[in-house]
Amino acid sequence: MSTSRKGEPIIEVEGLDTRFGDNVIHENLDLTVRRGEVIGIVGGSGTGKSVLLRTILGLKQPDAGRIRVFGLDFSTLPEAERRLNERRWGVLFQDGALFSALTVAENIQVPYREHLDLSQELMDELAAVKIAMAGLRPSACSLYPSELSGGMRKRAGLARALALDPEILFLDEPTAGLDPIGAAAFDELLNELKETLGLTVFLVTHDLDTLHATCDRIAVLAEKHVILVGTIDDMLRSSHPWIHEYFHGPRARAALAGK
Amino acid sequence: MAGLSSRGAGDRADEPASYRVEIENRVLRLEAEGNWSIVHLNKVDGDLRRLAAGPGEADRAVIGLSGVSRFDTAAAVVVSRTAGRLEEQGLRVEFEGVSEAQHLLLGKVDACGNPEPMHLPPVPLHIEILGKIGEAAIAMTAEARAMLGFIGTVVVAISRTFANPRRFRLVPFVHHMEKSGFDALPLVCLLTFLIGAVVAQQGATQLRQFGAEVFTVNLIAIIFLREVGLLLTAIIVAGRSGSAFTAEIGSMKMREEIDAMRTLGLDPMDMLVVPRVVALTVTLPLLTFVADIMGLVGGGLVVFFMLDMSPGIYITRVQEAVGFWTFGVGLVKAPFMAAVIALVGCRAGLSVTGSAESVGAMTTSSVVRSIFLVIILDALFAMFFTAVDI
Repeated sequence: MSTSRKGEPIIEVEGLDTRFGDNVIHENLDLTVRRGEVIGIVGGSGTGKSVLLRTILGLKQPDAGRIRVFGLDFSTLPEAERRLNERRWGVLFQDGALFSALTVAENIQVPYREHLDLSQELMDELAAVKIAMAGLRPSACSLYPSELSGGMRKRAGLARALALDPEILFLDEPTAGLDPIGAAAFDELLNELKETLGLTVFLVTHDLDTLHATCDRIAVLAEKHVILVGTIDDMLRSSHPWIHEYFHGPRARAALAGK
Repeated sequence: MAGLSSRGAGDRADEPASYRVEIENRVLRLEAEGNWSIVHLNKVDGDLRRLAAGPGEADRAVIGLSGVSRFDTAAAVVVSRTAGRLEEQGLRVEFEGVSEAQHLLLGKVDACGNPEPMHLPPVPLHIEILGKIGEAAIAMTAEARAMLGFIGTVVVAISRTFANPRRFRLVPFVHHMEKSGFDALPLVCLLTFLIGAVVAQQGATQLRQFGAEVFTVNLIAIIFLREVGLLLTAIIVAGRSGSAFTAEIGSMKMREEIDAMRTLGLDPMDMLVVPRVVALTVTLPLLTFVADIMGLVGGGLVVFFMLDMSPGIYITRVQEAVGFWTFGVGLVKAPFMAAVIALVGCRAGLSVTGSAESVGAMTTSSVVRSIFLVIILDALFAMFFTAVDI
């Protein structure tokens, strides 16, 4: 864990190819994420946004290309070192992916139990703080995932992702399925966490409001690679038909008007 | 862990967390040093919990963070709690050397409140044991009532199907006949063949002591046709198909597919339960018939080698040994056992709740329960047939 500077590359993807059988998802995809930024990944359905996320996390093997996170190529790291470095990121899956046999508090304590030697008292305190940070009521601690609403499951998933104070937070459609108030609160939460914890956030989303509210840069996935990376203004100026449609459509105008 | 770590220079970065406390001029001074990240925090946390100023020793506390190289949420929780404790003891608490990021983090943690302990007081062991027994008894009665209700619903659904045969789902019916009947054939054949051979071999060895080895044939024929053929098949089917029914229906329940069916105006009883129950009720007698034959073949083979009895004589001896009802008794029981296995399996599947764990728990309980019920049912039938003298 070297001392790190804001703005240095933290995720580097070079020449990535992924395919499922004959179905090519990514071809020669390049993307660099810098430390401390919130990057939004957008693209039509089926353009492989979630696949890109899973490939960076090492859950799917790339068919070609190189992926470096924290400057390390995880596929060539020895097992022990890989595990150690995997603790440096937190992931929120689409539906929270909480362990259904454990309560919310126990879910958050899983990484503490597995990786660290902490007293039960301290673990309980930490879990309660993370739960409050993620915007859940304290009474949610002792509930099982099946007793939570979709929005609460997301927040609990976020609390677990934040358990070890990660450097990078991966979010897969965090606001999908939330009501507008909940989604806005989530955006605010994300900005706050970025401020206080100095997080880098890799955000896969369809939510234009979230893009406007939180992202420093946006990467557009289309035609099997990243066609444009830039700020919201760059997106608005782009003449690419899909990007134009996406950021100038009726919903985009409404989202912009709200700012 | 990183990101907030610029303070305190790299050389001290990996020193574990520590702190110094001194009391001077009625001021308690706490200087934190080293890497205050979650990895190193446990010991410091234990010590800090016991930190207290003696009565009247101090009226002000200063917490200094300038020597801290790393400071994460967990550290903020510990520091903020310590500050809170000192305030409870009547001290005025001030912070010194706090960076902007640390300040933000402490503020955030404070805003989240100092949590209440969330553990319930422990229950004495004997109360807990009594409680568990009571819970189990109540759950058992509730389950028995629910099962009775379920049987009623299925009977109604089946009679509706009789009234209106077009409601019957032919394709799932045939599918389940194939999966739980036809596909089970190799296993059923092999096992009953082997058990038949073993029973014959043991029977022949024992009966030879009385010079009565010819009665081995009676032993095999009666035991297989009346009891073992059916019981073996029913237990295999309970393990194979009963569990499959529970897991299939359970995972559909978990993914809300069953709710989706209801909203589309489809009755899960008609779609899922009736085809399975009817299919198994038809296939288990057929499987039992095959099992009986294979048991007799296995026995015949052993008799041929051990007693030099030719197949022709073996068949004649079997015919002499058993009447139609020996065979009939075995077969009559089969549909009832099939219905029990299918009903228990389907009902367990429908009682799955949201978690993946509950699918597993229900599958286990479905297999255990259906095997248990199959054996109970067999005992009841034995009593009945003895009473009516068959």
